[in-house]
Amino acid sequence: MYVIDRRLNPSGKSLPNRQRFLRRAGAILREAVRNVSASRPIRDMGEGGTVIIPARGIDEPSFRTGREGVHGRVLPGNREFLEGDRIARPRSGGSGKGKGAGIGSGEGGGGEDEFKVALSADEFLSLFLEDLELPDLERRKLSQTESMGLRRAGFQRSGSPANLAVSRTMQNALSRRMALHRPKRGELEKLQLALRQCEEDGNDVGAKQLRLLIETHRQRSRAIPYIDPIDIRYRRYEPSPRPIAQAVMFCIMDVSGSMTEHMKDMAKRFFILLYVFLQRRYKQVELVFIRHTDEAKEVDEKTFFESRETGGTRVSSALEEALKIVGERYPVGDWNIYIAQASDGDNESGDNERTTGLMRDGLLPLCQYYAYLEVDEPHSDMPMSSLWKTYDNLAPGPAMRRVTLRQEIYPVFRELFRRRKQSLEAGQA
Amino acid sequence: MSALLFEGADWSFDTIQRIHDRVEEIALSELRLNVYPNQIEVITSEQMLDAYAASGMPIHYAHWSFGKRFVQHEGFYRKGYSDLAYELVINSSPCISYVMEGNSALMQTLVIAHAAFGHNHFFKNNKVFRDWTDAAGILDYLQYARNYIAQCEEAYGERHVERLLDAAHALMSYGVHRSARRRKTDFKTEQARAKQRRDHDERMYHELWETLPGGAPKSNLRTRGESLSAILELPQENILYFLEKTAPRLAPWQREILRIVRLMAQYFHPQRLTKVMNEGVATYVHYKIMNRLHESGNISDGAYFEFLASHTNVVFQPSFDDRRFSGINPYALGFSMMQDLERICVQPSAEDREWFPDIAGCNDPVPVLHDIWANYRDENFIAQFLSPRVMREWRLFQLIDDPAESSLKVEAIHDERGYRRIRRALAREYDVGHSDPQIEVAAVDLEGDRRLILHHTVRHGRLLASREASEVLAYLADLWGYPVLLREIDEHGRGMREHAAEPRIHHFDA
Repeated sequence: MYVIDRRLNPSGKSLPNRQRFLRRAGAILREAVRNVSASRPIRDMGEGGTVIIPARGIDEPSFRTGREGVHGRVLPGNREFLEGDRIARPRSGGSGKGKGAGIGSGEGGGGEDEFKVALSADEFLSLFLEDLELPDLERRKLSQTESMGLRRAGFQRSGSPANLAVSRTMQNALSRRMALHRPKRGELEKLQLALRQCEEDGNDVGAKQLRLLIETHRQRSRAIPYIDPIDIRYRRYEPSPRPIAQAVMFCIMDVSGSMTEHMKDMAKRFFILLYVFLQRRYKQVELVFIRHTDEAKEVDEKTFFESRETGGTRVSSALEEALKIVGERYPVGDWNIYIAQASDGDNESGDNERTTGLMRDGLLPLCQYYAYLEVDEPHSDMPMSSLWKTYDNLAPGPAMRRVTLRQEIYPVFRELFRRRKQSLEAGQA
Repeated sequence: MSALLFEGADWSFDTIQRIHDRVEEIALSELRLNVYPNQIEVITSEQMLDAYAASGMPIHYAHWSFGKRFVQHEGFYRKGYSDLAYELVINSSPCISYVMEGNSALMQTLVIAHAAFGHNHFFKNNKVFRDWTDAAGILDYLQYARNYIAQCEEAYGERHVERLLDAAHALMSYGVHRSARRRKTDFKTEQARAKQRRDHDERMYHELWETLPGGAPKSNLRTRGESLSAILELPQENILYFLEKTAPRLAPWQREILRIVRLMAQYFHPQRLTKVMNEGVATYVHYKIMNRLHESGNISDGAYFEFLASHTNVVFQPSFDDRRFSGINPYALGFSMMQDLERICVQPSAEDREWFPDIAGCNDPVPVLHDIWANYRDENFIAQFLSPRVMREWRLFQLIDDPAESSLKVEAIHDERGYRRIRRALAREYDVGHSDPQIEVAAVDLEGDRRLILHHTVRHGRLLASREASEVLAYLADLWGYPVLLREIDEHGRGMREHAAEPRIHHFDA
């Protein structure tokens, strides 16, 4: 009998199969993830969770009998029944008739109508954001090579001891020793053994020859060192340009009196989604919050979402503020710039022209992507707002969507960032 | 000197060795078991989940369905809905038993008695296992299968292999030779012959593949049809075997994969045939051994109580109207019957003498039980050895659900008139040939469009679940490469329903 300890064997043997399963269930899973995310608090977006998917889409069919026909079943625990008794047919439910007048006839397949899958935060988000893409990412990629990093680049003969390439050094030493026929230790020992044998046998001539041979071997060994300075190599590093992996996201929101809590909540959801999305694409994402009434101010996140102000609405003030901040802190060469604006669409009538100018000549050429979200109360049938009209006249203009219901945020977001399509169309336009 | 094998719950590898040696002593001398050499492997709960997902096998080829099973078990386990089994045992030689590191010393004793001796003896001696499985070769074959399928994935693409496996898995329960005994699969030569066989097949002329118009008109159609049926071995209940040998459009590697799936189905088939017996034997053996250990002072009273608690859980059978009821517990039924057989041998009642004249009162249960363990499967084991006493204890009754009637009918209960009927009905439930829909390949329309025709012999009006049947049929059509027709025919030969499927073009083309 053997007892074998397998505990240290690599675990996670099922991982590849698990991934295959997730891939297979992809479409259904994605839908389930989206349904779940519509109902969960937005702060939890970045966490994993359990989703329930119908077993239907991932079942493994086999030939099985259905409900039709006569079924018989032997059951334990009879208390009062006599032969020939009639029992009312149980209401057909999970354990009713049809599965053989009894309960467990379909042991293998019965009862699994839905299927719980626990997803990690990463799996959850990648399913959620799958087939979304940052538009125009390529446009600036080439010019974004300002920062430098170090990269391994072969070996060199000099360097700091910390960078000593041991295996390469030993490799060189070995080949040099072989090339110069440096005697090996074993050979010397063999000769010495032979010498002792000769001495014991009294074979003087042989012994003398052997001694000579041993002596030359020793000399060679001394002359050819085990490791020579010429063998030594150091790892070489070379500076190399690196693409910029940082982005700044501007959140611009109208906080004038006409914006209700509901509208702000929708705006907030949109901003957070965009933030989560950018975070998965860039190493570093900075946030800038600008809120405006008839004048704009940069504020922190809390103030941005929570405090309320009164006043008119001048969109151009916020755009000016954004331009100013870009100029001061985010040089275009170093940063990918994203702007998301939320507003109820009001703008002072005299401001529209100025807004158009700022957008066309100022912000749009600077940023990777400009998304404009117009929020409104549910069921309101407002005619097109002045700001919408203004933006609509720009060509190419920002990506624009209008939402009135909380549930619409996700579909709208997905639509805005759907892979390829849009940038292709924009390219043709 | 204390004769206790262990104290407390902790154990070490020495403890396991000691336990095994003592258990072995009892198993071999008292119960006269005949077992494969044992190999006991200690694993973590994580690894147990892995093993679960791969049908209990230590190695298995990759497929998403195993991932699905893993996710399912993992979910249940993490949520605390279900416990993991304490043990898992593989029908191989040496016989591998997994024990979990979290088990107490007593649980390890129980597992060793149950799996390493109970199941092990059954695997080695039962006729269905001996006829159908090759315990010595299975692990090597699994390794071969995994490598082969991985190579195919590399060569032909993961998706193609996956689609093929999906189709093969759907037909897996029709990949078994049920009735006639065939040559036992020898997994070693199987591997060696795999390539040879492919080469041979490719050279072979096959009537089905003939595309040239026939030369001289063949003799009359009837004999031609008959000889074809003979060549194609029709009717054929082993659908996977039929496809592997004759499907005209499959590439050699696809045939080989079908064969792998089929051999796996065949390997697991005996376990389906002997659920009650297998667990009954193992439970009976562990019960005997644990009691002997306690009597001879090898385990403490406390440990014995721990044993009784988990033993009682294992053989718990809720009544039909209990919320926990989910069918008959094979551990419970098997254990009851084994105990009852022992009692019949030792202390028979008049009733037992009448029902079991051959064994009642023979006073030596061991050879009787050994003979039964070796030669029966669930179906005939129950048909012959379910005693009236067990039926009374279990208060078994038979219920008939006829859709033509408004209520269910109690057909038989545990009384003189009912014993034999209940016994026959229960045995039927364990007859795989009866409980699985009976489907076979009936004909190939060689004169027309090479349509493959299958028959489902419908019993008691139990038609196939339509949606699932058409999904499976679609897979079948993909494998066959031409249209497929499934006819459901009742006992009198009347057609009841038909399903048809066309092959999805290029579904399997690499």
